[in-house]
Amino acid sequence: MSEMKLLYFAWLRNKTGTGQETISPPAEVRTLGGLVEWLKTRSPGHAEALADLSMVSFAVNQEYAEVGDPVKPGDEIALFPPVTGG
Amino acid sequence: MIRVQREDFDPAEEARALVEGDHGIGGVVTFTGLVREMADVGGDADRPISGMTLEHYPGMTEKMLARIEAQALERWPISASLIIHRYGDLEPGDRIVFVLTASAHRQAAYEANMFLVDWLKTKAPFWKREDAETGAHWVEARGSDSEAAARWTDAPPKAAE
Repeated sequence: MSEMKLLYFAWLRNKTGTGQETISPPAEVRTLGGLVEWLKTRSPGHAEALADLSMVSFAVNQEYAEVGDPVKPGDEIALFPPVTGG
Repeated sequence: MIRVQREDFDPAEEARALVEGDHGIGGVVTFTGLVREMADVGGDADRPISGMTLEHYPGMTEKMLARIEAQALERWPISASLIIHRYGDLEPGDRIVFVLTASAHRQAAYEANMFLVDWLKTKAPFWKREDAETGAHWVEARGSDSEAAARWTDAPPKAAE
């Protein structure tokens, strides 16, 4: 499996135009930060969604993650605003 | 116990069913969160909202709620606990969330309940979108919620026996 599954929630979904996509980034993409930089090149909507990372939280395989954390093929990666439940 | 569901719930019935038969329980504390009719967001603050949509992350939402509950059970002597959180389309006055904690003595039930509510507001993957005349706006996370959650990171005073 060489692909990663990406999920977008709330206004990130509105800006990227999709709630879910499967991607095969280049091998150099090894961290969340690297993935974010690569995702910004996918579309203007992606670039806009990821312009300010202070407004974005991440999860890898359903655990909270930070931009320095590793990502690899087969991972499920979610991008969303800080949560507002309760 | 954790439930993430679209459907409404009955707080009194849930409390009755959960603690029935356990005569070691001396105190039951419940919190019910409701949709208010006034917007939380920026320029629309204090304007009426017509409704709210709650989005969640199936899989991770349940996992994080179960983890928060497990932490509370480890930290306080809780005999029974229940978190119910709805998702989907809601209207002002609707119930959103229910947190119940039961213990032999009241201090543990009170503290664990507040801990669970403070933590689910900062860790449970849900996102609220408010619908108003001016359009739909995603609610932003509050600094007051993060501060409330942060006060639990120091060890709590030992619950009264």
